[in-house]
Amino acid sequence: MREGKGISEAMRMPGVKGLSEAEGLSEAEGMSEAEGMSEVKGISEVGVMRMSEVKRKPGDGTTPENVLRKISFTVNGKALTLYVDIRESLLEVLRERLGFTGVKKGCGVGECGACTVLVDGTPIDSCIYLAVWADGREIRTVEGLAVDGQLSPVQEAFVEEGAIQCGFCTPGLVLSTTALAESGKEYSREEIKRELSGHFCRCTGYQNILKAAERAVHEGGHRCAHCEHEREGEKRI
Amino acid sequence: MFNISKYDEAGSLDGALEFLSEHPAAKVIAGGTDVVIKMQGGKLREVELFSIRGLAELKGSKCSPDGAVLLGPLVTFSQIAGDPFLQDNIPVLTQAALSMGGPQIRNIATIGGNICNGAVSADSAPTLLALNAELRLQSARGERKVPLREFYLGPGKVDLRPGELLTGIMVRPEEYLGYHGHYIKFAMRKAMDIATLGVSVLCRVEEGKVLRGVRIALGVAAPTPIRCPEAEAFAEGKTASAETLREIGRLAVRSTKARTSWRASQEYREHLVAELVPRALQEAMRAAGGEGNA
Ligand SMILES: Cc1cc2nc3c(=O)[nH]c(=O)nc-3n(C[C@H](O)[C@H](O)[C@H](O)COP(=O)(O)OP(=O)(O)OC[C@H]3O[C@@H](n4cnc5c(N)ncnc54)[C@H](O)[C@@H]3O)c2cc1C
Ligand code: FES
Ligand code: FES
Repeated sequence: MREGKGISEAMRMPGVKGLSEAEGLSEAEGMSEAEGMSEVKGISEVGVMRMSEVKRKPGDGTTPENVLRKISFTVNGKALTLYVDIRESLLEVLRERLGFTGVKKGCGVGECGACTVLVDGTPIDSCIYLAVWADGREIRTVEGLAVDGQLSPVQEAFVEEGAIQCGFCTPGLVLSTTALAESGKEYSREEIKRELSGHFCRCTGYQNILKAAERAVHEGGHRCAHCEHEREGEKRI
Repeated sequence: MFNISKYDEAGSLDGALEFLSEHPAAKVIAGGTDVVIKMQGGKLREVELFSIRGLAELKGSKCSPDGAVLLGPLVTFSQIAGDPFLQDNIPVLTQAALSMGGPQIRNIATIGGNICNGAVSADSAPTLLALNAELRLQSARGERKVPLREFYLGPGKVDLRPGELLTGIMVRPEEYLGYHGHYIKFAMRKAMDIATLGVSVLCRVEEGKVLRGVRIALGVAAPTPIRCPEAEAFAEGKTASAETLREIGRLAVRSTKARTSWRASQEYREHLVAELVPRALQEAMRAAGGEGNA
């Protein structure tokens, strides 16, 4: 114990591993732009920002060369390689350039959780996450949860419990709940509350959201388009 | 779009220190949960960002065979909260980590950023102060070791010299072994809120009630996070009665230089110190009676 098993494990946490891989990836030849992008319908036109599109203010010294970075990442299992502006948030790239409008913009400062996406399985606020940091990462948005038009167990739980009113907070809450359900860990009611405390809902009063999350987390299992996890959650449906 | 004029990434620690010595204007960014917010708010403009996120040397934490814990500055609050070694041996640090922000912030925000940002409300500060943490600071010219207590210079001001990086946070075994602790974050909400007051205490307990080595640290009670030396000295060797605990609370107020802000008045903060220091000590003693670790 003195050797600190937990502590050395911290070094191997998912968030940590990905970064060093990312360095390699940006140079990698393997993932050609065309390959990655042709898989995603409609994205090929917007995927690569043209140099002429770079937002410039007169005289600020901005040139395409110093504000554009080529990054490779996956969104909902699809590999993409594209140029992003160093000034862009991941929210802006996902929502405005790639069309994942399930990623909502609320406060823009990390408070409300509407912009939550999963990066390598971990919920983060994409409004304060620089787009360049997505290099080498696996991103999941709410669009990636349903398979062939069938909602994921977490989505089903939100429907069943009536945990939605206007729906603005829902994609973020569903993604955080998905991360909990997929962790395979047990969570008490208090722990679920704590794990969802980075989301604001202005409509529902949270009770139904909590019920939905408990249902999803306790019934366990999940299904998503691009991984083969336990599918126990489906039995319930 | 953020107001960023340049963006570079560090590849190695040596490379980073060299880069920083040549680019004194560069703004270091780790998790970005302070830096990005300052860009959004217009407090930082035309920033030349230098990301240290990729520096493997600054990630993870180590525990040497004698029990000395060295936290990497890039360790996130979620990693601290989820670390079984810390949960078993320094649970007051786990508690402080979990009190910070919400899950998505904890997943990104680093302990090094929390320290270097120098906010008086930083949730890691009282506990690391109570643990007598020592910082490792490195620049191209060499390494310095600075007790955290001397690192805070004023509101948002820390003793970080140009070109310097925080490279490690050291907690020695004698500072936590045998100690029991408790952190109280007093805020308006249970999550996603900034502390109105932060109280962290550590102590050893002999014969079930005699206090030894009491450390009391406060956030948002003065322009910087502080310790309460007078109260600590008074507490040494005392049997913890309700009256002694009250007196410790009263003496703790003497070390404060609280001010009135929109969050709370000076009087209210002082009242909180007098009230919450004894409560935190009681909780720490309860922990001592229970499982027996800090
Ligand atoms: C919604 C929200 C809620 C928050 N809630 C809390 C809260 O409850 N409690 C709390 O304490 N804080 C809170 N914060 C503030 C912030 O998240 C923390 O201070 C966090 O720990 C900063 O870490 P970071 O890695 O994101 O820092 P960054 O923003 O990357 O950096 C912060 C500062 O430290 C410097 N820096 C970072 N790492 C190093 C290094 N290794 N060497 C030298 N300089 C370095 C940077 O240059 C910058 O000045 C909150 C922030 C947000 C957006
Ligand atoms: S929009 Fe990102 S947290 Fe509110
Ligand atoms: S359903 Fe409207 S914000 Fe949550």
